[in-house]
Amino acid sequence: MSKTAAETLSVVVEREVPHPAEKIWRALTQPHLIEEWLMKNDFNPVVGHRFNLRGDWGGVLDCEVLAVEPNRTLSYTWNFTHDDPAYNLKSVVTFMLTPTRTGTHLRMEQLGFRPDQKQAYGGAKAGWQQFLAKLELVLARTD
Amino acid sequence: MPTTSNELFSTLADPTRRAIFERLSREGELTVRVLTDHSGVSQPAVSKHLAVLKLAGLVNGRREGRQTHYSAQPQALAPLIDWTSQMAGFWQSRFDDLEDLLKRMDQ
Repeated sequence: MSKTAAETLSVVVEREVPHPAEKIWRALTQPHLIEEWLMKNDFNPVVGHRFNLRGDWGGVLDCEVLAVEPNRTLSYTWNFTHDDPAYNLKSVVTFMLTPTRTGTHLRMEQLGFRPDQKQAYGGAKAGWQQFLAKLELVLARTD
Repeated sequence: MPTTSNELFSTLADPTRRAIFERLSREGELTVRVLTDHSGVSQPAVSKHLAVLKLAGLVNGRREGRQTHYSAQPQALAPLIDWTSQMAGFWQSRFDDLEDLLKRMDQ
């Protein structure tokens, strides 16, 4: 998986949270707390640690810790293997915490692509992001 | 004709096809000749790309006399949009639970 190929689909969710970054960091990195808001897991905040996230729906995600910067940045792979290629997904999830006057700005970015589409993306990495951004404008104009 | 997201991805992975599709989305109905002008691509090549786009359901051709007028079919992009909107919805609801947890952690 090359890094550029992973920059093909992106989801960003941001939120102002009225809590200090240290506290949010605990919720993002302690297994019993992660389970309460995300999924069952065997997470450990150590770069290179491989773990699984287990959903109530029976799905299991294969993950590996990529970056740990306490109270600031946490990044891990978020891969899902499925018999139906349409559900296959390789992605990277990154949480960023930025202190604000009233708490913390929490930003989650998921960059991903479906493995079977790697070939298709190969020749057209540039332009995808831009294209998807434009796409939303196009769709907003049409019903 | 239902199109899989696979077909959509491979169809739009080509920059020339993407440019044609974008132009039709922006400017409405156009003929092959208009699409070819200033595109730097030959008319047969544009026709070939249009055929691929049509197969994926991304463009529609309307015949008028000797000319075919092509238009974009943006609704065909739905499977592509779905991934991002589904994931965004997932994270929004996870963050709702995260905020609930943070409130409880106060005590």
